[in-house]
Amino acid sequence: MTRLIYERSQPGRRAATLPACDLPAAAVPPELARKRPPRLPEVAEPELVRHFTELSTRNFGIDTGFYPLGSCTMKHNPRVNERVVGIPGFRDLHPLQEEEGAQGALELMWRLQEILAEVAGLPAVSLQPAAGSQGELTGLMLFRAYFADRGELDQRREIVIPDTAHGTNPASVTMAGFELVGVKTDARGNIDVADLRGKVGARTAGLMLTNPSTLGLFDENIEEIERIFHGAGALMYYDGANLNAVCGISRPGDMGFDVVHINLHKTFSQPHGGGGPGGGPIAVAASLEPFLPVPAVVRRDDGTFGLDFDRPKSIGKVRGFTGPFGVFVRSYAYIRSYGPGLREMSEAAVLNANYLLARLKDAYDLPFDRLCMHEFVLSARTLKKEHGVSALDVAKRLMDYGFHPPTIYFPLVVAEALMIEPTETEPKERLDEFCEAMLAIVREAASDPEVIHSAPHTRPVGRLDEVKAAKRSVVRYGFEEHPDLAGEPAAASAPKGA
Amino acid sequence: MSHLSLTDADREAMLAAIGVSSIEDLFADIPAGVRFQGRLDLEPALSEPELVAHLEELASRNAHTGVELSFLGAGVYDHYVPAVVDAVLQRGEFLTAYTPYQPEMSQGVLQTIFEYQTAICELTGMDVSNASGYDGTTVAADACFIARHATGRTRIVVAETVNPQVRQVVKTYAPGFGLEVVEVPHRAGTTDPDEFAAACRDAAGAIFQQPNFFGCLEPAPDLAAAANDAGALAIAHVDPVSLGVLEAPGNYGCAVAIGEGQSAGNFQSFGGPHYGFIAARADYTRRMPGRIVGETTDAAGKRGYVLTLQTREQHIRREKATSNITTNQTLLALAGLVHLTWLGPQGLREVGETCMALAEHAKERLAAVGAEPLFPDKATFKEFAVRLGRNARDVVRAARARGVHPGHPLGRDYEGLDDALLVAVTEKRTAADIERLAAVVEEVGA
Repeated sequence: MTRLIYERSQPGRRAATLPACDLPAAAVPPELARKRPPRLPEVAEPELVRHFTELSTRNFGIDTGFYPLGSCTMKHNPRVNERVVGIPGFRDLHPLQEEEGAQGALELMWRLQEILAEVAGLPAVSLQPAAGSQGELTGLMLFRAYFADRGELDQRREIVIPDTAHGTNPASVTMAGFELVGVKTDARGNIDVADLRGKVGARTAGLMLTNPSTLGLFDENIEEIERIFHGAGALMYYDGANLNAVCGISRPGDMGFDVVHINLHKTFSQPHGGGGPGGGPIAVAASLEPFLPVPAVVRRDDGTFGLDFDRPKSIGKVRGFTGPFGVFVRSYAYIRSYGPGLREMSEAAVLNANYLLARLKDAYDLPFDRLCMHEFVLSARTLKKEHGVSALDVAKRLMDYGFHPPTIYFPLVVAEALMIEPTETEPKERLDEFCEAMLAIVREAASDPEVIHSAPHTRPVGRLDEVKAAKRSVVRYGFEEHPDLAGEPAAASAPKGA
Repeated sequence: MSHLSLTDADREAMLAAIGVSSIEDLFADIPAGVRFQGRLDLEPALSEPELVAHLEELASRNAHTGVELSFLGAGVYDHYVPAVVDAVLQRGEFLTAYTPYQPEMSQGVLQTIFEYQTAICELTGMDVSNASGYDGTTVAADACFIARHATGRTRIVVAETVNPQVRQVVKTYAPGFGLEVVEVPHRAGTTDPDEFAAACRDAAGAIFQQPNFFGCLEPAPDLAAAANDAGALAIAHVDPVSLGVLEAPGNYGCAVAIGEGQSAGNFQSFGGPHYGFIAARADYTRRMPGRIVGETTDAAGKRGYVLTLQTREQHIRREKATSNITTNQTLLALAGLVHLTWLGPQGLREVGETCMALAEHAKERLAAVGAEPLFPDKATFKEFAVRLGRNARDVVRAARARGVHPGHPLGRDYEGLDDALLVAVTEKRTAADIERLAAVVEEVGA
């Protein structure tokens, strides 16, 4: 069993050495002073390094192997980006430094804004949102401000979202104080336009759409959808989670969208870091620019760069300072290494996905039989019906073949969904190996389903009991006060949901 | 493009397997009217050496804390970040992993998050922490969302001594949450508990900061009691580096503790990425935003970690979720865990005591050259405000010309404080640095 860092702790050990301070101690008023120290780990540096190194070996990243997690765009993270983000002029720069002392940082952000505006096909950019979902929320706040400015906010309460949307979309709608209206997907995987027509009107504030969708399909009726929303005086929000499919090929602004967020940690290779950080800049139409968060990064008439706080119609601030600057450095470096060749990046992503699709579509169910964009969704419905092998089982068995599983059980409109996104950085050999594994699992389902049901067999732990985790709710180390669950076997049947 | 691996031969073989003749054919579903014509208007691609040179040039036009003696703080601090933080964060298995949806592939990240949650609970005296929020501002909005739904009330009280950026973000989020924001003015640098109590009547929650934006120590237990007496959630915004010497919010009655994690383990990086933390009493576990990791076992009884209580989250609950957050700041929170582990309880206390002693010394030295403390009666932690003899922005400009950044001018955020400067002192500053600060301030400002 791998110990927790708290279980390696011994009183009196420490790793830190600190400058001696021979100044007189300053007194903390007794009623505000800490009575009992926090039980942080007490370890010396050798054990500290070993602990986290050991934990890293129990984790899988893109550096470890193929990671076709749909909708997450797990592409290679170039190491030069880590080098440049560590340059002291970036790393050790205080965010409240005077503009004269931060010209390089401000210029980098201004240049990134210009690039993102070009890629999005929209004129104005704010880099401030911290991640895609905060970009969504910021975009919806812009909708509010826009309609409030026109005196229509009381009337325009509804945001239309297709049933294939990421869960963040409806959650953002609630946080922005709007109401959700769902719209169905048609037989080709597009928004059902007939359903849509009845749902857009004077109460509609706007649409949130991912295009290509989470099914990996480009909505063929996008021009008609644009006419419906703008015809009703409503706005359109583009969830840029899937922008990796269309850089230099089709721009959200040209599709008619008024706001776009761009996931810098997906399309532009900020490493995902086990769950973050991300970056969620938004690009907007001219009609929404006055409402963007403050401060805006601007180039002044004399060619210097600065921060503009004087935006009377701004929604305000959505996070501290000007956004996750280190993420901007990495993404700017990434884009500069491609230049206009970003188009080839997207082409390779789409080619890789279609190649996998072509090799796998006869072995698994394919709910929408079309060419895909940068990802596609298969279903394990037949495998489940005939052999009792679910999408979850396929995912767990893929681990034994050395692959990170695809996204499973999403989007919700496809039963037993397996959502596969290879990205452009994989060589053909890796794609072929993955196909061989996926096909081998289909054969195993018929010959030896038990080996699949009990998978994974090669990971540090077997299938974990998620029901027990939720029920017992042990969410911090208990020291001597709380039970430790080690040694208690999981319930006989492992959880089947994802 | 060095990041792409396909050869011409690969491409041909793949197109043949797909059954199309060109890459162009793969985009047949995109209507002609929305196809982008031509090439993106971007500068030509740079090779790796050219790229590094370009970014070095940009970076060279930034006055960072290695070239300028800096006393800037106001929410982001120049604390020492130990080498072990870099070493751990550059492990590719951590750096290049996604959110740990598949626990068998992700025990490393999951266990570090569990350990981080434990560290945050220990620091704050709370029962439950999430895996991180975006930064110290957005976790305040998260806390408001918890308070709104836990109480059903529609007003949030915020002390004026809370970091102005935190207050701005709360005000930006509030209309969507159906919340009205009420600010309580400071009285000589801190918040008056009676005034705070009056404002808390019928409020959903009340936010104060300890130490506050001016660096002053608030009567935090009294402020928490004021909120509790009114049935509002007491929400403390705290600095992790202070919690070796200052009492944990959970130990004086707060419902929720939030803060900016940058002080513990993150470089300044022009404002981000950093991590925000949010922790609460067990009563609010099911209202917490974002990822939470819990302990469980596999079929053999082997201990392991999974994302848990996910029925709170957007990918399950959609419009009824407790937050829309998905990507968070896990890697920066890992930096925080490594930093706090490096310090240990004793080191954390020493950093706090050192910062406090140095700041006290700086306060005396600045007073001696005519820059008197703005709030002389108030105890402070690592930061304090002084009154100068002229506009603070002019003083900053003149001091910078002498290689010293003396601090953050308060005039932009507080009326009537154009001649006030907020000075932060971390353990990286020395008594000699403080002499230099005092000499420069004497020359240009007092």
